[in-house]
Amino acid sequence: MHRLRRWAPGLLLVSPSLILLGIFVYGFLGWNLRVSLSDWRGLRPDYAYAGTGNYRKLPDDTRFTDDVQNVLVFTVVFVVGTLVVGFLLATLIERRVRFEGFFRGVFLFPMAISFIATAIVWRWLLSNAQGNQETGLNKLFGQLHLGFLANSWFKSKTMWAPAAIALPAGWALSGYVMALFLAGLRGVPDDLREAARVDGANEPRVFWHVVRPMLLPVLMSAVVILAHISLKTFDLMFAMDVESRKIETPALYMWFTTFDGLNFSRGAAIATLLVLGISVVTVPYITYSVRSERKR
Amino acid sequence: MTLFKGRKARATIAGVVTLSLLLAACGGDDDDDASSGKGGKKEFEFFSWWTGGGDSEGKEALLKLYADENPDIKVVDSAVAGGAGTNAQAELANRLLADNPPDSYQRHAGKELAADIEADEVEPLDSLYDDEGWKDVFPESLLDLITVDGKLYSVPVNIHRSNVLWYNPAVLEEAGIAAPPKTWDEFLSQAKTLEAKGKTALTIGPLWTQEHLLENVLLGELGADTYSGLWDGSTDWESADVIAALDKYTEILKHSNIDSAAADWQPAIDPIIEGDAAYNVMGDWADTYFRVEKKLKWETDYNATTAPGTAGMFNFLSDTFTLPKGAKHRDAAMTWLKLAGSKEGQDAFNPVKGSIPARTDGDASLYTGYLKTPFEDWTNPQTTIVGSLAHGVVADNAWKTEIDSALQEFVEGGNSKDFAAAVTSAFEDTQS
Repeated sequence: MHRLRRWAPGLLLVSPSLILLGIFVYGFLGWNLRVSLSDWRGLRPDYAYAGTGNYRKLPDDTRFTDDVQNVLVFTVVFVVGTLVVGFLLATLIERRVRFEGFFRGVFLFPMAISFIATAIVWRWLLSNAQGNQETGLNKLFGQLHLGFLANSWFKSKTMWAPAAIALPAGWALSGYVMALFLAGLRGVPDDLREAARVDGANEPRVFWHVVRPMLLPVLMSAVVILAHISLKTFDLMFAMDVESRKIETPALYMWFTTFDGLNFSRGAAIATLLVLGISVVTVPYITYSVRSERKR
Repeated sequence: MTLFKGRKARATIAGVVTLSLLLAACGGDDDDDASSGKGGKKEFEFFSWWTGGGDSEGKEALLKLYADENPDIKVVDSAVAGGAGTNAQAELANRLLADNPPDSYQRHAGKELAADIEADEVEPLDSLYDDEGWKDVFPESLLDLITVDGKLYSVPVNIHRSNVLWYNPAVLEEAGIAAPPKTWDEFLSQAKTLEAKGKTALTIGPLWTQEHLLENVLLGELGADTYSGLWDGSTDWESADVIAALDKYTEILKHSNIDSAAADWQPAIDPIIEGDAAYNVMGDWADTYFRVEKKLKWETDYNATTAPGTAGMFNFLSDTFTLPKGAKHRDAAMTWLKLAGSKEGQDAFNPVKGSIPARTDGDASLYTGYLKTPFEDWTNPQTTIVGSLAHGVVADNAWKTEIDSALQEFVEGGNSKDFAAAVTSAFEDTQS
């Protein structure tokens, strides 16, 4: 009884979120898994177990495999690009530039714009129309006599078309990554840097041996945040060029096959694979952070 | 914090917080029935994707007529915007699965309703058709295309035409072209003339507009009977004729701006208005865009004819309304369906929306400008009526979504045999 008194209030306090999480996250994950193992097509729910056919057919489904390739290209370009740009912005601002607050705001604002609006602006900027119909960046390049930079962007015939979508996505989120890195950089105590300098380290070495190790947790969170955003991105591709095989991702295919084609079981199978894909990124991160918490 | 001292008090607080959070999470939805007016004012929930230019004005006209005739019913207009109805269909699927249907909802005429019928979501309306004498005023070929297992489940309120070739007369004149092409071969030879003048021959938009073009190329190349056979399995997709027509489609796309295709149908039409391109194949809702939004003059600033090879044919699509099983206000929905199918209702809605009545006894004087031709063609018994693929008439959603996937690949790679094989196997997979 005495022991119950000790842990019961705590359990009661966390139980609402435990119950809600249990139902709305894990319950639905399980439900989704069950649907993915059925043959539910059409508007009448059908939960009867039908084996793993939905999963086995996906590797032969070129729409799915193309979409997977697209999301991988997009993720790599988007995550690396955004990290690099965000980090550069952070180091620039960290030098205590004038009007720092103003610049921070400017770089952060794109994140406040919805991906739909971002996509509509950028699909005009990245248009590859020619002649009188030319607009956006290609037209700008032409006027600056940099015509060789003009390109087909997200309509490219190569596998790099999704990389063009990483431009608006990176534009939207590099300010956020900048803020993360800035906080990390400001968190490095000045006396540590001073101590290194007294020991004769030059600035690059101060950065490499003192600042870099302390930025590692920030980098980890930034990678995880960006990677899971990138795997889930839906609205950006939807508004840029709907149902274009060049830039479509599995998240979009899931939506179309589920709600247009009413193939709920295939949609659920794609959703399950997406969850697995995202956990490949998040699970190591969670294990890492739980471990480093324990060490403290 | 003297009031809550000790463990007991803390446990009590925790319990209260927990309970209230749980209650807040579980409560909610049940005040819906109370306000739906058993006793009070009656409601009618109307579900559509009519939110854009022309559509919403037409809807307003029709709903106003309904409100005037039924002052005791409150109309709830649940419209979901976007994408030729695809967003609305997702929302609708959720509501049907949750057994919470609106009182009447919009679907394209034809196979698009097949899944709803199969899942027993809608009531047959044959007795309504008989009572109102509709079987005599709607064309028989239209009724055939929307009849499933001998029953009618929806009321068509309008007719749009898919096989329309839009053009800018000034561009043709500049290129020395006397008249728009009568066949797709003629189009291909005109395309070279146009390109020599620096004009784009044909403009195109996202995937559904590419599908819209495909259906009209197939219709123009194969003729109405073979085309209709594609959808019921009587025409072999992998036969030489169909493959030739598909290759013609690839050839036609080469003379379009497919590599920089617009993101929607309106921006696809803009280069024609701006004099940089000659032709666009689009449904006749484009008329509202030219005339109302761009304030252009019919026949002088823009013009239209039937798509190449489809003279005397009417490739139609139509918006229809249903009576869902378990509609909360069935009487109000029946009143609505009667109005939607009536001459009065259709003549109020269509001139504003920019379409023609599905009935053949509409008032001809209301349909002027572009609408004159489709009105005459629709009411002419000599016209052959076929249904549209891109707009839900001839293929149900399950098959159509597979065709969409195959078409994405066909447009990228141009392999007509792979496309035909994919469409055939999807037909076997989804229609059995």
